[in-house]
Amino acid sequence: MSNPRILIYGYGNPGRQDDGLGVFLAEEVEKWARENHLDHIRTETNYQLNIEDAAEIHDADIVIFADASLATEESFRLEKLQPSPRVEFTMHAVDPAFILYLCDTVYGTIPEAYVLHLKGDSYEMYEGLTAKGQKVLKEAFGWICSFLTSKSIPE
Amino acid sequence: MNQKIIIEPVTRVEGHGKVTIHLDEEGNVARTRLHIVEFRGFERFVQGRPYWEMPVLVQRLCGICPVSHHLAAAKALDVIVGAGTGEGLTPTGEKMRRLMHYGQIFQSHTLHFFHLASPDLLFGIDADPAIRNIIGVALKHKDLAVQGVMMRKFGQEIIKATAGKKIHGTGAIPGGINKHLTPEERDMFLHGPDPLNIDKMIEWSVAAVDFFKSYHKKNKDLIDNFSVFPSNHLSLVRKDGALDLYHGVLRAVDANGKKILNDVDYHDYLKYIDEEVRSWSYMKFPYLKHLGKENGWYTVGPLARLNTCDFIPTPLAQKEFEEFKAYTNGKPNNMSMHMHWARLIEVLHAAEMMKELLNDPDLLEGELVVKGKKQYEGIGLIEAPRGTLFHHYRINENDQVVMANLIVSTTNNNQPMNNAVNVVAKKMMTGQREITEAMKNAVEVAIRAYDPCLSCATHALGKMPLALYLYDKDDNLIDEFISQ
Repeated sequence: MSNPRILIYGYGNPGRQDDGLGVFLAEEVEKWARENHLDHIRTETNYQLNIEDAAEIHDADIVIFADASLATEESFRLEKLQPSPRVEFTMHAVDPAFILYLCDTVYGTIPEAYVLHLKGDSYEMYEGLTAKGQKVLKEAFGWICSFLTSKSIPE
Repeated sequence: MNQKIIIEPVTRVEGHGKVTIHLDEEGNVARTRLHIVEFRGFERFVQGRPYWEMPVLVQRLCGICPVSHHLAAAKALDVIVGAGTGEGLTPTGEKMRRLMHYGQIFQSHTLHFFHLASPDLLFGIDADPAIRNIIGVALKHKDLAVQGVMMRKFGQEIIKATAGKKIHGTGAIPGGINKHLTPEERDMFLHGPDPLNIDKMIEWSVAAVDFFKSYHKKNKDLIDNFSVFPSNHLSLVRKDGALDLYHGVLRAVDANGKKILNDVDYHDYLKYIDEEVRSWSYMKFPYLKHLGKENGWYTVGPLARLNTCDFIPTPLAQKEFEEFKAYTNGKPNNMSMHMHWARLIEVLHAAEMMKELLNDPDLLEGELVVKGKKQYEGIGLIEAPRGTLFHHYRINENDQVVMANLIVSTTNNNQPMNNAVNVVAKKMMTGQREITEAMKNAVEVAIRAYDPCLSCATHALGKMPLALYLYDKDDNLIDEFISQ
């Protein structure tokens, strides 16, 4: 029995304050996983999701999409993701449920997937997180390390 | 440490478009407007920053075409560091940048075709939106969907290898590039397992052009007549008239093919181009000065590029170009839906160019950067996927940017997109008092042909609508349709 292949996919624009929360979280996780030799955990970052991410996630067992969000009252919230074919007008960016649906349609398989909503405070054109964003990052990082550890099989 | 950047006026990219349609007393379409709430503050926010930050900083503006901004800024700063006006880089510097750029063109265009255009073509403009998307394509034509996904991925990997990373790439720097391609990266792109190798990308690019041509044969009325209007066309071309998406001189032709801007040095663009401000839109309306505001507007992008250039310097794309030109007897093509055809020919060209570059030993070794006598002003133009992109900077003796002027591709296409909406609205909405799904999508299809950059890198979930409003003769709102 081997460890599940886990992908933490953070997306957003780090040049626009808390919009970069998902990216910063993925970077923190990458560092932590490397330091702890957790080779079954990998990370990916991008400005936004798009169709090629169906290929990115299809061979993972568990995927967590981490994104700044207006849809949470708490600092962060984990939501189980269901595939959805819903599309938007320009399609220059798509949402995680769509990626999951496309992955299923193209590859016939989907990972266990979640969205980690990270509460953003401000999205203006500034470098770095707000003070509230930094607090959210710290709390979410602490939580996700525990979560990932619980999903891993001890060596 | 956080860096505070002041924006005046304080505003945010909303990433949505708004179309308003006004009817007259008889119910005819009297006036249409495409309003794009585009962020226009970035020229201000870069002021005071050191010039060498620009190629990385400007990528923060857009999550869709950051590479284009990255390269246009780097080209402008080449001038400032005394590395010439576009032709002075080392072979490695220029070729690595070109590879990055063709990777960007390839992934952007394939996204547009497979994800945006093909559902409309395969299922029809008036088809149920529930199936008129790439999922519908994947269910009915799985091979096409797989090709779309993997071609995007290939282009993104090229960008990552040349720019350093997907977010805020640092590859292009003033005067050159900061890395070589490794032999392992080159070999992976040239000979990687199927489908992620360049030969498969070329094969699929040919197939995509064939797909369009086959569709065109069966659907001539839609493709040839959906939205047609005379336009000027503008782009960079190589000095010998070849299609060149990275560097060249500025050429414009009118609707009949007459040259109205004859291969001028783009560093003089202010002599030839001005921008008009209209009260109802954040986005300006560029035009050729000598033709005036009424007649000087122009189209940019794939269709414009194939209308201005004389030939394409790669064999497979040239063959397709000849067929494309023959369709209009060598005259400029003013059929909006032919933008898709032109875009796919450019996909093929980009794939061929990537193969040529990947086989070039200059990517693996050689000087990366060149510098010379410092200048205080620099202008860089590039043919971004959506059209000509202008970056213009002035700096002071402390190396701080004191002036920036950016004209982005979607701004260049402002008037043509408005015209396309007008043509379609007149066809679909005359005498109507409510907006149907088919009407709304017809307007969207007209706009989508230009692949405008309506969205942005701030993408808080659920914020990207297209709103359509219908007004009567007294400006009373009689119907609205908002995509969510």
